[in-house]
Parts: sequence; C-alpha cells; structure tokens
Amino acid sequence: MTTATVNTHRDPRDRHPLLEQLSQLWRNKTAVLGLVIIIIFISAALSAPWISPHNPIETSLYDQLKPPLWHDKGTWTHILGTDELGRDLLSRIIYGARVSLIVAVISVGLAFTLGTLLGCISGYYKGLLDGIIMRIMDMILAFPYLLLAIVVVAYLGPSLQNAMMAIGITYVPRFARIVRGSVLEECEKDYVIAARAVGANDGRIIFLSILPNCLGPLIVQTTLSMASAVLDAAALSFLGLGAQPPTPEWGAMIARSRSLILRASWVMTFPGVAILLAVIGFNLLGDGLRDALDPRLRD
Amino acid sequence: MHDDRTQPPLIESRNLVKHYSIRGGVLMKEVAAVKAVDGVTLAIQQGETLGLVGESGCGKSTYGRAILRLEEPTSGELWFNGENILAYPKSQLRALRREMQIIFQDPFSSLNPRKTVAQIIGEPLLVHGVRSRREREDRVAELMTLVGLQQDQMRRYPHMFSGGQRQRIGVARALALNPKLVVCDEAVSALDVSIQAQVINLLEELQTEFGLTYLFISHDLSVVEHVSDRVAVMYLGKIVEIAPSQDLYANPLHPYTQALLSAVPIPDPFLKRTGRIILKGDVPSPIDPPSGCRFHPRCLYAQRVCHEREPVLEEHRPRHWAACFFAGEAGR
Repeated sequence: MTTATVNTHRDPRDRHPLLEQLSQLWRNKTAVLGLVIIIIFISAALSAPWISPHNPIETSLYDQLKPPLWHDKGTWTHILGTDELGRDLLSRIIYGARVSLIVAVISVGLAFTLGTLLGCISGYYKGLLDGIIMRIMDMILAFPYLLLAIVVVAYLGPSLQNAMMAIGITYVPRFARIVRGSVLEECEKDYVIAARAVGANDGRIIFLSILPNCLGPLIVQTTLSMASAVLDAAALSFLGLGAQPPTPEWGAMIARSRSLILRASWVMTFPGVAILLAVIGFNLLGDGLRDALDPRLRD
Repeated sequence: MHDDRTQPPLIESRNLVKHYSIRGGVLMKEVAAVKAVDGVTLAIQQGETLGLVGESGCGKSTYGRAILRLEEPTSGELWFNGENILAYPKSQLRALRREMQIIFQDPFSSLNPRKTVAQIIGEPLLVHGVRSRREREDRVAELMTLVGLQQDQMRRYPHMFSGGQRQRIGVARALALNPKLVVCDEAVSALDVSIQAQVINLLEELQTEFGLTYLFISHDLSVVEHVSDRVAVMYLGKIVEIAPSQDLYANPLHPYTQALLSAVPIPDPFLKRTGRIILKGDVPSPIDPPSGCRFHPRCLYAQRVCHEREPVLEEHRPRHWAACFFAGEAGR
C-alpha cells in the first residue's frame, strides 16, 4: 500500500486539547482584564528606555518632591511627581516593572524547574525516594516562607539575585506537591502502562507522556506564584534585603519614602499601586486559567 | 504443560507468582502479601487464542501483565520462544517489547489525551528506532487502514473518537511492531455489544493475517467461548481448569467452572434455565486464601479432604485438566 499521499492538512478542530481549553479563557472577562494588565506591564518593562520620560536614577536637587500632574503645583515634566532626591517617579515605576518581572520570571522559573523535577521523581518512583523528597518539602513548608526567604538572604547577603534565589527556593514545595499529585494520578492510567509496554524509557514516559497531562494545574500555579513572587520581592526589598539603591524597585521605593507619607504621599502611593496592579493582574489571570484548565472546578 | 506437546509453546509460565506486599509499621516491614497470582503454570501455543476467565480480582489481569513483565513477577519462570525472559535485564527487555504487546480494557484511559493518533500509534516505532517522521507516518497510515480507521484522522486527538474507534487505535498501537503475542486484557468489555462484535472480528482477522497469538482475558464467558481455542479458568490466583473451548463449555469438570457457566445469560426469554448454581459468599481475600482447595468454602461438594490438601491440575480427559479431587463426579 502506498501512503506517500498522507493527508497532512489540519482540521481547525484538530487543535491540541490544551489550546482548546485555553481558548475558553476568552469567555472569562476578569481573566482577560488580568491578561491586559500583565501585557501592559510587560510592554512597559520591555520598552522602558524608550517610553520613560527621565533617567530613573538621575537625581535633581531642584526637582525634589514635585507633586503629580493633577496637584495644584503639578507639571507635565513629572507626571507622577518626583521623590526626595528629585528622581522622576513614573520613570522609576516603569523601570521597576522590569525588576519585578525579572524577579518573578526567574524565581518562579527556578521553582518551576526544581519543583517539577522533584515532583515527577517523587510521583513516578514512589517509595523511599518519594518519602525523602516530600519530607524535605514539608520542612520547607513548615517555615513561614517570607521568614525562610529572609534567612536565605541573610545567609547569602542582600542583593536582588539572592532575593530571587530565596523566593525560588521557598516556592519549590508548592510545585513539587502539585506535580507529584498529578503524576500519581496519571500513573494509574493505562496509557502509562502502554508506554512501558512499548518499551519507552522512564524519562520519555515521565516527560513526554505524563507531564503534558499535568500542565493544567502547573500553569495555574505558575501564574499565581508570579503574583506572590512580585509581592515577596517587594517585601524583601522593603526590608532592605532585596534590590539595593539606587535600583528602582517598587518595594524599596516604598521603604525609602515611609517618612514622607504625610508630606508627600504620592512618593509612597504610586509604587504601591503598581505592586497592587501587577499582583491583581497575575491573580485574575491565574484564577481564570484555573477555571479554564481544571475540569474539576468547571461545572 | 497441560496440552499437546507437538511443538514448543510460544510462551510458557512455570509456577509464576506475583505477590503485592503490604507494608506497615514504622520500619515498613512486610506484614502481609496479596497473592494476586499464586503459582500459575500455563503454556500458549503459537497462533492459538487462549481465553482466561474468572471473577474480578482473581488475578487474571495481573497474570496478563506479569507475563509481559509490566508487573515484575515475584517468582517462577517465564519462557518465551525458548528463552527464560525473567532472567532478562531491563536493557534486553526493550527488544522483547517488540514481540509482545497489550490491548487494554478502557479505551479512554489507555490513550494519552495529549497526543495525536499519529503520535500514539507512532510511539512504538519511534521508541524502536524509526527516526524519520515520514516513515513513521506512512506506517501509521497503513496501520490505521488495517484496523478500519481513516488515515486522514491521524492528526486528531483521542477525545474526538468514539469508544470503538479508540479501541481500534489501541489495536493499531499494539500491532505497530508486528508482535507475536498480544495480551487482550478485557479488550472488548467496555464496549457496546455491537461494537464488541466488530472489534472481535477485527482481532480474528488480524490473527489470521499475521498469525498472532492471543491471551484473551475476560470475565465475559460468551465472548471467550467465541474467540478462544482453549480456555483457562482462574480462581484466587490459581488455574482451576483448562480445556479446549468446546469441551470446557460442554463438560465443565470443576465445580467453580460449572457455577460460572450456569450464570451465563441465555438470550432467549422463553427458555427456562435449569439448574442454576448459586455460589454462597464472596471471593475470599487473596491476602489470606483458604487452606487446601481455595474454592472449598464456597463449593457445594466440598469434603474433608478439600480443606486439608490442595488439589493439583490433572488431566481428567484428553487435553482437559482440572484441579479438583472430585472433578467430573460432582454435580452430575
């Protein structure tokens, strides 16, 4: 039989089931709102050098504590006003989006990779290995995670990289647990035995057969963790353990302007609003993804 | 054993045992074992279909998986084509996978929902070294035609197919590597009756075309009677009777087989059944099976000897083996 003319055209219905589920996201208004917020932040972060009106770390003695535009003395040169060193707040917030998103992506990426790997090993091989890995995860979870992050940073020294490491490590257990649970569930299914019957090796079975079926909860967890990573990075920086001056980081900006809250409240407010919006954006998207991807919650 | 020794069997298990240990306590010591398969000696000839029947939980599926080494047997011997495959290390096992395959009961959980049909049927080829995508897809198309699927559906995902079609995908995957032995683990039990007939016919056609050997595991006695050359009856991890299909259905020797057969529904509302045997009680726990003959607590004809000694399989009639002290006498 000649089969050289296999029909390779794609029916629009032949989409990957994950894409199929993701397309349901569009029906969820709040999730779309979250996505829009995140896209705004991402584009701001990517185009920061071009869209920010001023240099974020350039101080100016003559422009200290200029109020925002809508204030009586507001000017168009500093739309959101300036801080105590005369730095433009809008520019600092735009550059701050860079820092926050980088922290979120790297720390969650670290947690995702490590957690998924450990979760897969735990769920697939079970037994003693599973016991050891999961007890270590329990130990990490037993600490209040911000406290654990503080300990890690205190040990490694305060810097943004170390803050990312610390946040990443504290987020590993939640990924490991979710992946382990899904892998345990999937291992019961016949397609895993079929893959073994066919002679596939463990790596192939875990990463190419099982893992794609665990992606739903994993994507949700990733998005929600981004939100907490932004928040935790801000918290560490607020405590002086994350980004060091003059890096424009939202948490650090709030920390430095605490004393000005009565005199020039905008200096503290706008970084706070930025954190709020970024966290809300990731959370709305995460909740929407959960509705779209988790069949147990959809009825 | 238990059969005509004209040619060596394709696969033979000798005293095959699969125990699942139950661990407990702080030290996770073995406190008990589920004796799922407890010493099964069975040979399957090249080209035949051996039916394996029994109640749920009697160990028939475990046996099917153990002979493929999908479940690692606890002890015993397993001879395939004259080689003891239980001695094979993991690396050598991969080559063996070409020779024996399995078709599953549940057409939904047996296909990976995130893979296309082409990927599912092509996976065995990819694993066994067919690197070129073109080559794989040609073979997949060929297999799909063979099992009665349209080859332009190879980019679809399993959820877009019906139960019967999915089972055909499972069959195509099992055949991708041209195996000699196929274990059909309740392969048609989850399907509608009309679809069952289609899939059974397909399996029979494939058997004639490729000279396949089937181990046909099922709890459906009518289906097994239809497809099998010989039938083995399993109870609590042991074979209690084995005979050519017609002989077993016409003259069951073991009381358990008699009871099983009397429970097969007759599709004729005007025919009154005579002599239905209702078994007392449930299947005993495979953790702590009864002494002597495992069937004695439920047997209508049990005598003292039945719970003292364990009966062995004996050839009571030509090619008809049963493990009962009163085989053939009881129930007539």
